[in-house]
Amino acid sequence: MSIVTVQLGQCGNQIGHEVFNTICSDVRDTHGLCSKKENESYRDACKERFFCEEQSEVPVARAVLIDMEPKVITQTLSMAARSGYWKYDDGSHFCQKQGSGNNWANGYSVHGPRHKEAIMDLVQKEAEKCDRLGGFFTIMSMAGGTGSGLGAFVTQCLRDAFPTSFLLNHVIWPYSTGEVIVQNYNSVLTLSHLYKSADALLVHENDVVHKICAQLMNIKQISFRDINQVIAHQLGSVFQPAYTAEGGLCYSRNPLGDLMETLVPHPEFKMLGLRNIPQMPENSLAYSTFSWPGLIKHLRQMLIANAKMEEGIDWQVQPPRLGSSIPSSHSINKPLHFNTSIANLVILRGKDMHSIDLGSFRDPSLYTSWLNPKDAFHSWKTLRAFNKYEKSASLVSNSQFLLKPLDNIVGKAWNMFASKAYIHQYTKFSIEEEDFLDSFTALEQVISSYTSL
Amino acid sequence: MTQSVVVQVGQCGNQVGCRFWDLALREHADVNKEGIYDEALSSFFRNVDTRSGGDGPDIYKGKICSLKARALLIDMEEGVVNEILQGPLRDVFDSKQLITDVSGSGNNWAVGHKLYGSQYQENIVEKLRKAAEHCDCLQCFFIIHSMGGGTGSGLGTFILKLLEDEFPEVYRFVTSVYPSGEDDVITSPYNSVLAMKELNEHADCVLPIENESLFDIVNKIHQMANSGKLGSTVKRNSLVTSSAGSAKTAQEKPFDAMNNILANLLLNLTSSARFEGSLNMDLNEISMNLVPFPRLHYLVSSLTPLYTLADVNVPSRRLDQMFSDAFSRDHQLIQADPKHSIYLACALLVRGNVQVSDLRRNIERLKPSLHFVSWNQEGWKTGLCSVPPVGHSHSLLALANNTCVKPTFIELKDRFMKLYKKKAHLHHYLHVDGMEQSCFSEALSSLSDLIEEYNELDATKGQSIYEFACMSVWATTSYSGV
Ligand SMILES: Nc1nc2c(ncn2[C@@H]2O[C@H](COP(=O)(O)OP(=O)(O)OP(=O)(O)O)[C@@H](O)[C@H]2O)c(=O)[nH]1
Ligand SMILES: Nc1nc2c(ncn2[C@@H]2O[C@H](COP(=O)(O)OP(=O)(O)OP(=O)(O)O)[C@@H](O)[C@H]2O)c(=O)[nH]1
Ligand SMILES: [Mg+2]
Ligand SMILES: [Mg+2]
Repeated sequence: MSIVTVQLGQCGNQIGHEVFNTICSDVRDTHGLCSKKENESYRDACKERFFCEEQSEVPVARAVLIDMEPKVITQTLSMAARSGYWKYDDGSHFCQKQGSGNNWANGYSVHGPRHKEAIMDLVQKEAEKCDRLGGFFTIMSMAGGTGSGLGAFVTQCLRDAFPTSFLLNHVIWPYSTGEVIVQNYNSVLTLSHLYKSADALLVHENDVVHKICAQLMNIKQISFRDINQVIAHQLGSVFQPAYTAEGGLCYSRNPLGDLMETLVPHPEFKMLGLRNIPQMPENSLAYSTFSWPGLIKHLRQMLIANAKMEEGIDWQVQPPRLGSSIPSSHSINKPLHFNTSIANLVILRGKDMHSIDLGSFRDPSLYTSWLNPKDAFHSWKTLRAFNKYEKSASLVSNSQFLLKPLDNIVGKAWNMFASKAYIHQYTKFSIEEEDFLDSFTALEQVISSYTSL
Repeated sequence: MTQSVVVQVGQCGNQVGCRFWDLALREHADVNKEGIYDEALSSFFRNVDTRSGGDGPDIYKGKICSLKARALLIDMEEGVVNEILQGPLRDVFDSKQLITDVSGSGNNWAVGHKLYGSQYQENIVEKLRKAAEHCDCLQCFFIIHSMGGGTGSGLGTFILKLLEDEFPEVYRFVTSVYPSGEDDVITSPYNSVLAMKELNEHADCVLPIENESLFDIVNKIHQMANSGKLGSTVKRNSLVTSSAGSAKTAQEKPFDAMNNILANLLLNLTSSARFEGSLNMDLNEISMNLVPFPRLHYLVSSLTPLYTLADVNVPSRRLDQMFSDAFSRDHQLIQADPKHSIYLACALLVRGNVQVSDLRRNIERLKPSLHFVSWNQEGWKTGLCSVPPVGHSHSLLALANNTCVKPTFIELKDRFMKLYKKKAHLHHYLHVDGMEQSCFSEALSSLSDLIEEYNELDATKGQSIYEFACMSVWATTSYSGV
């Protein structure tokens, strides 16, 4: 099945480009340290998912590019074309003359309705190119105006037009000290709206990725490009083909569907986080060896201690001992800093996998009590190594990991809202105080649901 | 891509505008070596086919034929505009972009605003519409004017209101040169306060500038050059004043060095809208991020490093110094100290080889020394434009919505009151048709309200800051008492 990627705004387009680059170079430059046959079927599955090759020498990304200003799209298209290995379809982008000016209301209430038809036509066309459409992967930031506001609008339109397709939104969480002053307003509005129409939100925090670039990748002067490459690597490690069943014979045909099924058992909980291991500069890879038990041990501790990278993990954090607490008060008895999960998915790529024991992820004490741990944990595997890493492990998790950042954003937005600052910029485009209040309420609900796990 | 139209009014407006067009041409020539008319150029220039003579049709693609500034040159005397038309920039303007009269406004806001306003209204609107028709997406008007005279101040703010009525969707950014304490125009406090009411009500953003500050900065650069701080590559007189590589070769006028700073301010303000970068900052993002309440739209600006304002090649200094300097008192374009007042919001527009990690590091570093209003503790807006200023590797424009503008306004009000109490020179104003006593009282209360709004924000800051406010009031009074 194929995935149509929708790239929105500057952030969405810059990341989208990097994702296709990574995926393409993974299948092109590396052989994955596996059998030729394995590698071929991996490549075919990847192509089906992300590229179409009709009437073109190079693969054409299944993507729609949308921004309200032209500069980013112009640059993205030409960078892809210059790569010589893949490109975007000449006709599948939409832009206007000026951006949404970091105003969510402008993106959502003005640009959205005004350009709905043109945008949905492009999406429709791209969807029709897929023999079988699995769903949509929408990439956007939540701090600006286009990705966030128009992104929320387009997601609603996708939900209406493709009621049975899976919608996964990849959302960039802004730096906490900001690039955009109204980012907390825009984020609150974005999250609350996406929560209504998307199947799941896969979140990357810029602060976290920035730290990975500094501490794990050893990059001195970090650019958005560096950050996007780390994000693209992590996304690739999830969306490249893998076997979803033990001893599976063919690669999963429905990556988005499988993902939702494993990770989103209840519509109240749809915030997904992504961690991977190892992550290091390319030139150090040759000198490093990894053992699966080591990787898995780290990954599990990253999960329960809510560490977002392998450095600085708090090894003191341990799961609560089950049975020692009565259910009603169990969140009080919970050890400090313990990150409770709803569901987890581990994806392993590389050789020597037969002896792997993932039992530590099946431990019922990791999960909220209302779900059967058997349903809460899944793993996908392939012998095909990913992107120059001999072994790599990724974890997609539906857990409390975002509680603090979410609480922060809502708190800051509320603080600003109480002083009525900047509200006039939104009412100008008919987003009223009521709308803000609704969004606050919706997110308070999400916070409270995750808190009481 | 969007376009902007510059409306330069009065002597100051036109002289600053002239420097802007000169440096804008130089910047685009530096970036665009092929001579192709591109999107970036189109934001401030039309490409006109003049082969059949005169103002031919616009050419949207291909080679540059003849570049015309998207500008309106307005002065109620002829001298300055005529000089421009005889100078090296003459080809950038044509007669359809000019409005002049002969006698000037005599440093009288009322003459500019009321008399010439109504007299030239139709003509101005017609020319504005024409300029707008040449744009396929007009995003912003830039008004450049001084506050102290009659034309720029009076007619300039009249045009501001016209723009609001005629083009409500288009942003209005105003660069206003405020008179200094020892200004030679006696009525400048009247003119400025009357103009302030219009700026309060009709501008989206105002960039206040004080000539004293420009003067100090120019001196500072000269000093750096003479003391050899800039390194041995510096030629003595090749500083801000100079425009090497630009069209201008004629003798330099006293204001040129100062006006080049303003020209750079506008270039840096618009660079991210014109050129690519990894974090674009369109013009419409400026008011969205920096104006939390409609009337509090005065932005204090600073440009660093100072040597980027000059045509000198300097061995690259520490990047972080550029960020520190942007917050220091002596780099601000008005006499103000943002570090000791309250930030409502702050934007950092960076050009050149600077990445997001440099921004993060410097914001983290500087944050503890700055006071942000309680509801906007992380009030930072950033932009990364990959094209540096001509001949340099990087530069920074900081825009601060900060209560430090207040002393400038208080001082203006005091000087206004000194005249107004004695009703000095009032009759010159009141005999102009449409000008009434109430214009003065309303302007005064508009200014007082604005000051009060800043007072309320300052009051949120606590005791130690209150002491400082007293000190700075003391400093200004003793200064003006000399
Ligand atoms: N990781 C990452 N974040 C980015 C990138 N570009 C922008 N951002 C983040 O995105 C937010 C700004 O949103 P943009 O995507 O630039 O805004 P937009 O969607 O283009 O909307 P408007 O420009 O307001 O029309 C900030 O939080 C930035 O940190 C990028 O390439 N990578
Ligand atoms: N920075 C700068 N300030 C200027 C310049 N020319 C005049 N000024 C200042 O502007 C104020 C005087 O206003 P002008 O612009 O000369 O007056 P005008 O708008 O032409 O109005 P009238 O002459 O009265 O018709 C004084 O404060 C001057 O210091 C200039 O080229 N640059
Ligand atoms: Mg944008
Ligand atoms: Mg004059």
